[in-house]
Amino acid sequence: MANAAPKPNGKHAAEASKDELLHYYRDMLLIRRFEERAGQLYGMGLIGGFCHLYIGQEAVVVGMQAALKDGDQVITAYRDHGHMLAAGMTANGVMAELTGRRDGYSKGKGGSMHMFSMEKAFYGGHGIVGAQVSLGTGIAFANRYRQDGKVCLTYFGDGAANQGQVYESFNMASLWKLPVVFVVENNQYAMGTSIQRSSSETHLHKRGVSFNIPGEEVDGMDVVAVREAGKRAVENARAGNGPTLLEMKTYRYRGHSMSDPAKYRTKEEVDEQKTKRDPIELVKKMLIDARHADEAALKEIDRDIRTVVTESAEFAQQSPEPDASELMTDIYL
Amino acid sequence: MTQILMPALSPTMEEGNLARWLVKVGDKIEPGQVIAEIETDKATMEVEAVDEGTVTELLVEEGAQGVKVNTPIAVLGGEGEAAAPAPKQDAKHAPRPDMKEEPVKTARAEPSKLTTPTPQGDTEIPAGTQMIKITLRDALRDAMAEEMRRDDRVFLMGEEVAEYQGAYKVSRELLQEFGPMRVVDTPITEHGFAGLGVGAAMAGLKPIVEFMTWNFAMQAIDQIINSAAKTLYMSGGQIKSSIVFRGPNGAASRVAAQHSQDYSSWYSHVPGLIVIAPYDAADAKGLLKAAIRNPNPVVFLEHEMLYGVEYEIPDVPDWIVPIGKAKVRRVGADVTISTHSRMVGLALKAAEQLAEEGIDVEVIDLRTLRPLDMATVIESVKKTNRLVTVEEGWGQSGVGAEVCARVMSEAFDYLDAPPTRVHQVDAPLAYAANLEALALPNVEKIIAAVKAVTYR
Repeated sequence: MANAAPKPNGKHAAEASKDELLHYYRDMLLIRRFEERAGQLYGMGLIGGFCHLYIGQEAVVVGMQAALKDGDQVITAYRDHGHMLAAGMTANGVMAELTGRRDGYSKGKGGSMHMFSMEKAFYGGHGIVGAQVSLGTGIAFANRYRQDGKVCLTYFGDGAANQGQVYESFNMASLWKLPVVFVVENNQYAMGTSIQRSSSETHLHKRGVSFNIPGEEVDGMDVVAVREAGKRAVENARAGNGPTLLEMKTYRYRGHSMSDPAKYRTKEEVDEQKTKRDPIELVKKMLIDARHADEAALKEIDRDIRTVVTESAEFAQQSPEPDASELMTDIYL
Repeated sequence: MTQILMPALSPTMEEGNLARWLVKVGDKIEPGQVIAEIETDKATMEVEAVDEGTVTELLVEEGAQGVKVNTPIAVLGGEGEAAAPAPKQDAKHAPRPDMKEEPVKTARAEPSKLTTPTPQGDTEIPAGTQMIKITLRDALRDAMAEEMRRDDRVFLMGEEVAEYQGAYKVSRELLQEFGPMRVVDTPITEHGFAGLGVGAAMAGLKPIVEFMTWNFAMQAIDQIINSAAKTLYMSGGQIKSSIVFRGPNGAASRVAAQHSQDYSSWYSHVPGLIVIAPYDAADAKGLLKAAIRNPNPVVFLEHEMLYGVEYEIPDVPDWIVPIGKAKVRRVGADVTISTHSRMVGLALKAAEQLAEEGIDVEVIDLRTLRPLDMATVIESVKKTNRLVTVEEGWGQSGVGAEVCARVMSEAFDYLDAPPTRVHQVDAPLAYAANLEALALPNVEKIIAAVKAVTYR
């Protein structure tokens, strides 16, 4: 069922500069190495509960972040580590939240699925499938209320695409022309249920049609294609024309969460995605083909990132657990 | 040298079988490469490498059973560049096979105090204050209008609040004064607009979300509890939701079970929410103004049957009633009645009739259900030694159950009779007039309960 990429890989190479491509490469690789390390810490019992890794989907958040301006907001569900790193939150702070320590973004009280940064305009990190779509629409409502020119990027998955409140929010967002961009990350599986088994209309970008929301299908494994579609949608929202629904065709390499062996799909399917559509390999190829960088230069970036990630893992283990007094704080203001 | 450890693949996994090695000694491996398959009692899972390097040793044989989590299973040698060391295992944080709940070592003494916002303002009406007559409906309207004039972040949204002027006319003329950006008619979409309101609050506005009735808010309860009430805590204090959810609660008249539910106990169960259920116009106005100013999410339960009732209200420019403070509506010596919302009126009537029979009843209007002002109730019970609770909702896990439990644990020795609860019968509310009347609390039932605790 592996989806063929809607556009041939490499098509957009000319549209991104060397610096941009290097920046995307670095950010995507940071997410991947971070997630691999998180998986390891989970295996060691240092991360508890649920842990949903973003490996394979890196081009979506890195491309969309490149379409935003400072001050624009981002909100997503619980597969959120990549969104936070792309938004500029620190690997240390995210990893320390994963280990439930006091230097985590939520002081250890939120965990993998519930992290926030007002400084980076990242509004979470939400654990209830679909709830963040109404919240993101509300953030956009506040932007319109204040006429401050900000746009709220609201992510959800193909699983959430069947939740009622998503459509309640589509309706109000379009009715009131709210500055929101809906990004559905279609990784083709809602936990273990494939989109064919869950959805009567599997082309999710069409799901806005009856609300007059224009939709676009995007190769979510191609960071430049994502950025270009993101720019169009974000500027359209900023201009007061209301929401766009971007369907990112993407794929997660790992199971739904750490405890999911992903037996609902074949090894061949996963391998085909990894070998033919990998978003990081694509940028690497663009960089090398355009002679922007050689293997040695990219290896250097790999090494830097490995250091950042290793340090975050050390930091996340050395940071103390929250003080017992934190039990009863942050309940009321 | 880096050790690869047997991973835990779920929060409860303690050991597994090493089903298959996919690498051998001497292989060069990359991060993300699948190196082994592990079987647990639930599934077979792949193990991916995190570090790069060359496999120098396989410590556990293929097919090995019952390999404990965190046992070294292989060794990687660095090549040229140093492989990143695997994080050190910290025994303290290893998964505990018997995850028993440990007692929380924290100040056990006064949890209620820790979560109680400081009361604000003063409820006393100064002597000589001019009183004016106003309906409860208009008192609520005036509260919203005054706060909207005062703070341009405050806006009202809900079904029929703008052009229709409110399904119960509570938002009369607000659209004319504040315009459609601040008085927003929504589609019939409770789940969606409640979530939208919370999102707007997280972004710094101060929404008032009107539910046409609280019955319809069950569609939206996830956003009220999971998003509004919990996010401050889950974000370590970063994300604030200053929002008021309001509308009529409880039984109206002959609208049957789906439109006649009392949500007092539902919302008062939840830390992170403030829950207010006023009785008269002065409290409704003063508490709604306080609720709109409060930085926390507030559930504001009004009563439709009282909307048209006229009450006296102090004619002062900025009338505020503190949140979290009960009011002694009638002073008495023999029995304490603890109640709220419309039941306050019934309790006062019952008290009048009982006075004629020589029973002197103290009536406490809780006004705020969370935080609950138990100090006022307990002080009263220490004086009267008898307690009756009255509420419109069902008894099980109700507000009365909570008040009784806390009185018994904090003032047991003062009680001369078992506390008694008056509440709706344990059935959905019927449509038929006679059955509806039989189900709900009334003056007679309150009088009977008071007589029971006074052995009269």
